[in-house]
Amino acid sequence: MSIKRVIQRLLFLVLVIWAASTITFFIPRLSPKNPVRERFNQLAMSGGFNPVDLEVIIASYNTKFGWDKPLLQQYWDYVSSVARLDLGVSANKYPRTVMQLIMDSLPWSIGLLLVCTILSFIIGNLLGAVAAWPRSPNWLRMIATPFVLLMGVPPVIMGVLLLFFVAFRLKFLPLGNAYSTGMIPDWSSPAFVLDVLKHQILPGLALILGTVGGWVLSMRGMGITIQGEDYVLFAEHKGLGGYAIFKDYYLRNALLPQVTGLALALSTMVISAIIVESQFGLPGLGRVLSQAIQSNDFLVIYGVVLFITIAVATLMVMVELFYPLLDPRIQHD
Amino acid sequence: MTTLAISKPNVIQLGRLTLLFRYMRRNKSLAIGLTLVLLLTAFTVIGLLTLDTSRAYPLSVKPKQPPSAQFPFGTDFFGRDLLAAMVVGLWQTALIGVLAGGIGTLIGVVLGFTSAYFGGIVDSAIKGICQILTPIPPFLIQVIIAGSLDKRNVTIYTMAFMVVLLSWMGVTLVIRSQVLSMKERQFVSVAKLSGMGDIGIIFVEIMPNLLPFIAASFVGQVFSAVFASFYLAVLGLGPLREPLLGNTIWSAQSQGAFFNNWWWWPIEPAVAMVLILSSLALINMGLDELANPRIRRTE
Repeated sequence: MSIKRVIQRLLFLVLVIWAASTITFFIPRLSPKNPVRERFNQLAMSGGFNPVDLEVIIASYNTKFGWDKPLLQQYWDYVSSVARLDLGVSANKYPRTVMQLIMDSLPWSIGLLLVCTILSFIIGNLLGAVAAWPRSPNWLRMIATPFVLLMGVPPVIMGVLLLFFVAFRLKFLPLGNAYSTGMIPDWSSPAFVLDVLKHQILPGLALILGTVGGWVLSMRGMGITIQGEDYVLFAEHKGLGGYAIFKDYYLRNALLPQVTGLALALSTMVISAIIVESQFGLPGLGRVLSQAIQSNDFLVIYGVVLFITIAVATLMVMVELFYPLLDPRIQHD
Repeated sequence: MTTLAISKPNVIQLGRLTLLFRYMRRNKSLAIGLTLVLLLTAFTVIGLLTLDTSRAYPLSVKPKQPPSAQFPFGTDFFGRDLLAAMVVGLWQTALIGVLAGGIGTLIGVVLGFTSAYFGGIVDSAIKGICQILTPIPPFLIQVIIAGSLDKRNVTIYTMAFMVVLLSWMGVTLVIRSQVLSMKERQFVSVAKLSGMGDIGIIFVEIMPNLLPFIAASFVGQVFSAVFASFYLAVLGLGPLREPLLGNTIWSAQSQGAFFNNWWWWPIEPAVAMVLILSSLALINMGLDELANPRIRRTE
């Protein structure tokens, strides 16, 4: 992997982050709403402020947040603060910063996303490989079919259906939230950890069930191509056992291009996870976002969105850069 | 002189309808998808004609009724008749999908053609913008746009507009690559040599060959527009007054429908959404087969 290639991709990443922050800066400015004014109007409606005082308060907040400076100055301040990972303060949970809110909820989101993406990738690819392998028994092939059909059901709807059938009708699993009410969050007690895991099963299934099918389809296509390759034929004639061919000659080669697919699937996965989290009331980024939307906490909305965008773009570029380490046949130059 | 008594060969000329039917029998996914869409359309149209649509809005009927003879789909917490809400919701979903899908495809086709046919700086500019925007998930930017709007001003049309703003990149890149390969074919050079103008070549020579691709990208665009507006509504960013399918799920979940035993409330829009999305996916698969004869199956 040449240094030039790495620098090129990193520059592209910087360009994408710059574009994203420019969009999150200018779109809200195009709208006539001022986040500070909105927030205080809301308070004024419930609390009874004197309108003159309100104007003074809003003016002082505008100065504090720099909303009264010229637009270009504001833009420069915004981009440079994004570069320092400073995303502003929450209006609703003042004085907590947006970054603090994100950091508090991030472990929940990463946990759910990581486990679901990996499980869906492994299950889907194994089923797809088995479905394309000519010697696999028929019943094994049949397992893949329902997953392909489930591709038409987006995770949110899967969540509603799972809630209805599993949690509401059968009463197997809880109807939402991260842990049972009355539990004291204590990661050292096994009862608490077990309770949390029980609450993660349904959101996890909602994310996994609909995404396995995609991997099955692409892996099956890949597998059919690889079966015809000469080296598989050679291994067969050499007298290698079926399992050894399947594992070392067939699966390993078919799996490599799927890793690139992983980078592409990531952004869909992240968005689905956000919505499923807000649906199940898990304390991840999704709930921070949906709460901010409901309480008109604009800086939090923009901050969370920008953070996720940067994270997704970074991960995509990372996968692209590390891919040659997995597959020595591909050399960037 | 003897006349040769050769009977006329008995050629059976099949009617167009029979041929269409036979093609549908081979292309099952297109047939099932179209049937589903027809059924959904029939449900919506009959509903719009026979039902009182004002019952799809709050405070029109007795709230929190389970499905019964009087309310076949039940009613929700806010006093909407869910049957009427489903009818209006399906209609609005279709409107957003077709509107946003149509405009998105149009922009994509125009940009793709301009980019590929004229090349040069225009091409690199359009391609560059598409490439920079592609890693940014469009949904997140839609969240920002929707969040910047005043919630009272959000309508079905602003939803469609928000979806269109970020949905043309995929079509542009697909059409661009198709036109690039088409441009080098011989019939285009012949047309050029015979003195045909750019506009003529684009519309008479290239466009007809791309129609299946354009149709497939249109269905794909409708699919993603329905999906995007649904996700926005589920997050509570939709037009809150309208009984859009995503809005119904959002309000059901924010009122804790399952905790309160109102199971029919979120289930109905979920099932409707599954039907819409799977019918569109099936049609898309079927059109793929139509556009790409290599994967066509024989009977």
